[in-house]
Amino acid sequence: MEKPVLEINHIEKAYGDHKVLDDISFSVKKGEVVVVLGPSGCGKSTLLRCLNGLENIQGGEVKLNGEQISQNAKNIHQIRQKIGMVFQSYDLFPHMNILKNIILAPMKAQHRAKEEVTKEAEKLLKRVGLLEKKDAFPRQLSGGQKQRVAIVRALCMHPEVMLFDEVTASLDPEMVREVLDVMLEMAQNGSTMVIVTHEMQFAKAVADRIIFMDQGKIVEEGTPEEFFENPKTDRAKQFLNVFEFVA
Amino acid sequence: MQDLGIKILLQGDNLVRLLQGLGVTISISVISVLLSLAFGVLLGIVMMVKNPLIRFITRLYLEFIRIMPQLVLLFLVYFGSAKHLGWDLGGETASVIVFVLWGTAEMGDLVRGALQSISVHQTESGKALGLTKGQIYYYILIPQAVKRLIPQAMNLVTRMIKTTSLIVLIGVVEVVKTGQQIIESARLTSPSAALWIYGVIFFMYFIICYPISLIAGHLEKVWKE
Repeated sequence: MEKPVLEINHIEKAYGDHKVLDDISFSVKKGEVVVVLGPSGCGKSTLLRCLNGLENIQGGEVKLNGEQISQNAKNIHQIRQKIGMVFQSYDLFPHMNILKNIILAPMKAQHRAKEEVTKEAEKLLKRVGLLEKKDAFPRQLSGGQKQRVAIVRALCMHPEVMLFDEVTASLDPEMVREVLDVMLEMAQNGSTMVIVTHEMQFAKAVADRIIFMDQGKIVEEGTPEEFFENPKTDRAKQFLNVFEFVA
Repeated sequence: MQDLGIKILLQGDNLVRLLQGLGVTISISVISVLLSLAFGVLLGIVMMVKNPLIRFITRLYLEFIRIMPQLVLLFLVYFGSAKHLGWDLGGETASVIVFVLWGTAEMGDLVRGALQSISVHQTESGKALGLTKGQIYYYILIPQAVKRLIPQAMNLVTRMIKTTSLIVLIGVVEVVKTGQQIIESARLTSPSAALWIYGVIFFMYFIICYPISLIAGHLEKVWKE
């Protein structure tokens, strides 16, 4: 059997008495797309932030290719280079143009040559249809464009896993599609991804596996077909019903 | 016949002396401002540290410097160090020390404020890209902070330049003191000298400080996010 890229073993996290993550375990294989679903406040964003050490965990462990990730590790910044993350708030660096936003980390953190990184950045920008924006500043871009740049910025580091934290949640509805299309293409090209989203149709289309969380626990796990057509738990049924009602 | 006041400027080497005095003002200002800006950025970063002891010490320093009138600080450093430590600092050195202490404190607080005003997501984005803490400060936070604090920093610089006129009181002969000397020496021959001399000094300060305001305004426009 193939060894997992990302292994999450019994992680625990609490703010005071409030348990945010309660004994979460799962693993992600190379090329697999895992979508984490669940109601607001169920801990799914916190989970993602624990995966690259932005949040400390109180118990359990997260391993990338067998190497343990912890916020206090001396080499945490090196481990993070292998884990790309895109946030809801698409925080591009406002004082740099698009190209510089993308090439900063590959040059400074990975010490790659400027010409090589620039070439790759331009190639990636072309792929997401934003090459002509490379000299523009973030403020001149729409939300959807910024988010696509944020994805390219993370991709240019050649991460082994990409984490997406509700990347379409603060976008105008008509811009959601362009971002999801980029992610779908990545999934088809074999990227390993962990995605937190509220877009059910997208989850269905992109996921190899769905993890459904509630109140800090994994309630249900399965293929998208199983989960959407035939959910096993009442909690998942209730959750999906709400979405159908909205739709 | 009574002299026209303006003649006093052209008498002897009066104008040269005034310019020399201005030179003292400028050199003390420039040294103090440059050191303050550099140390201020460092202090601002140190003030972001979570360690409560370091926070307390930097806070104490800041409040102490803020509460003390600059004149008291000048006396404290100049006379205090001579009387209690036996140091003969010289007026210029004492002035630079006081202005750097003051400028660093004020600048540090400006830098801290500007750094804190930058969204935490900027730091997180940097972290998620695998940048080290130092790189995040150097490439992401400080450039943004500097842009935000330009207006207040320029205000601080002009305040520092103007406040150098206090150092007369610890015996440094800068532009205001030179002016006073010229006025004193011409008290009988040219009673209206004071008006002209102070007028010239006014313009000298204006010529130094106005470009700083202009540059600040320009930078603000260019860097507008």
